[in-house]
Amino acid sequence: MTTDSPTLTATFRRGLWQDNPGLVQLLGLCPLLAVTTSLANGLGLGLATLAVLTASNLLVSLSRRFLSREIRVPVYVLIIASLVTSVELLIEAYLPALDRSLGIFIPLIVTNCAIVARAEVFASRNPVLPSIFDGIGMGTGFACLLAAIGAFRELIGAGSVLTGIGMLGGQEAQGGFAIIDGGWLLAVLPPGAFFSLALAVAAKNAVDNRQRRPVTGGMTRLRSAAAGSAQRGRESQ
Amino acid sequence: MKRWLTTGLTLAAIAAVCVTVVAATHHLTAGRIAENRLAFLESRLAPALGTVDYDTRPAADAITLMPPHGLPGNEPATIYRVYRDRQPAAALFAVSARNGYAGPIRVLVGIDAAGAITGVRILEHEETPGLGDGIEASRGDWVEQFPGRSLGDPPVESWSVRADGGRFDQLTGATITPRAVVGAIRDTLVYFEANKDTVFSRPGSSE
Repeated sequence: MTTDSPTLTATFRRGLWQDNPGLVQLLGLCPLLAVTTSLANGLGLGLATLAVLTASNLLVSLSRRFLSREIRVPVYVLIIASLVTSVELLIEAYLPALDRSLGIFIPLIVTNCAIVARAEVFASRNPVLPSIFDGIGMGTGFACLLAAIGAFRELIGAGSVLTGIGMLGGQEAQGGFAIIDGGWLLAVLPPGAFFSLALAVAAKNAVDNRQRRPVTGGMTRLRSAAAGSAQRGRESQ
Repeated sequence: MKRWLTTGLTLAAIAAVCVTVVAATHHLTAGRIAENRLAFLESRLAPALGTVDYDTRPAADAITLMPPHGLPGNEPATIYRVYRDRQPAAALFAVSARNGYAGPIRVLVGIDAAGAITGVRILEHEETPGLGDGIEASRGDWVEQFPGRSLGDPPVESWSVRADGGRFDQLTGATITPRAVVGAIRDTLVYFEANKDTVFSRPGSSE
């Protein structure tokens, strides 16, 4: 694989949009659904996942020549577990309010299958630089989705924006603006997470379809476009 | 070298590096994490002390009672004590209300040496967002009806929510949660009355 910049950009964009771990591959849904009750929570976990994913891609790519088939998966587990433990300790030390807000979902980054999937599918077969870009792309795609769903659920469910954003800066959970008093509670309850994710996936498919067919098509066309999009989604895994 | 040996040694070397990284991170962050936890504990305790005048650190003098201890809840209960000029000023009881809507509600009840409530704060709960969570001080002034009250004010039989014929407000759309919290506060006051002498005299341990 060449390492010229168009390819790197393409690698990055693939993680951000075409193969977005949450929207297309539907990986890492447990944290995605559980913590996205506010923008600050979603963004916090998204950034932590981004850091772990990038570092794990880097380390897996670096060590790929020394690893025989038998120990490849145990080594991924070791690398990812150590990275997550270190990130968890750092967050607890420097961003204590974020640590309290996300709780068990920081250590649970270790079980995010998007990370081991990128290690196996990409980093173990590609040089270091593309692997880093793949990690940043996939991590950013995941973080953006978490932040977007968090902001959406917070706005609909609590009628506020940026609540507790101060905890990303190491302060207490403060800040934010109330837009309306109270909100539609369902959005911050678990069903709201599924509805929000469904809307996000639908929005992405709608944008893709529009780009592919500038002229608005009939129902048949839309359906075949959606089927095509789903087909590509499966292939990309 | 034999292949199995190379493979084993590679795995061992990588494991050693990983352990070193985690140990180093732990070493770097342990002090800060302990500091954060203590600061957080004190920031949770202070509001329940209200206007009490004290000159000791709340987290510095605590006793933990194992069940059965006579306080609400069947988890261990912690009592934090503060003093003014070495005289008992107030005690904070971290207890659990068991009969809430979803899981135990951890309640912090502050009682001064004379037996009046200095403040009430909810430490942890799993109540329904938007309904039962109105007991949180950050979401309403529901807990502000308690400071100054004591076992005789109102009388013990009126220490319940209005729906049960008591003197305390419930929340719109939520009666079970306030009922559980008011009950836990009442039981804590009863315990304090019965154990006034030992609450402050039992030797404590610093956290």
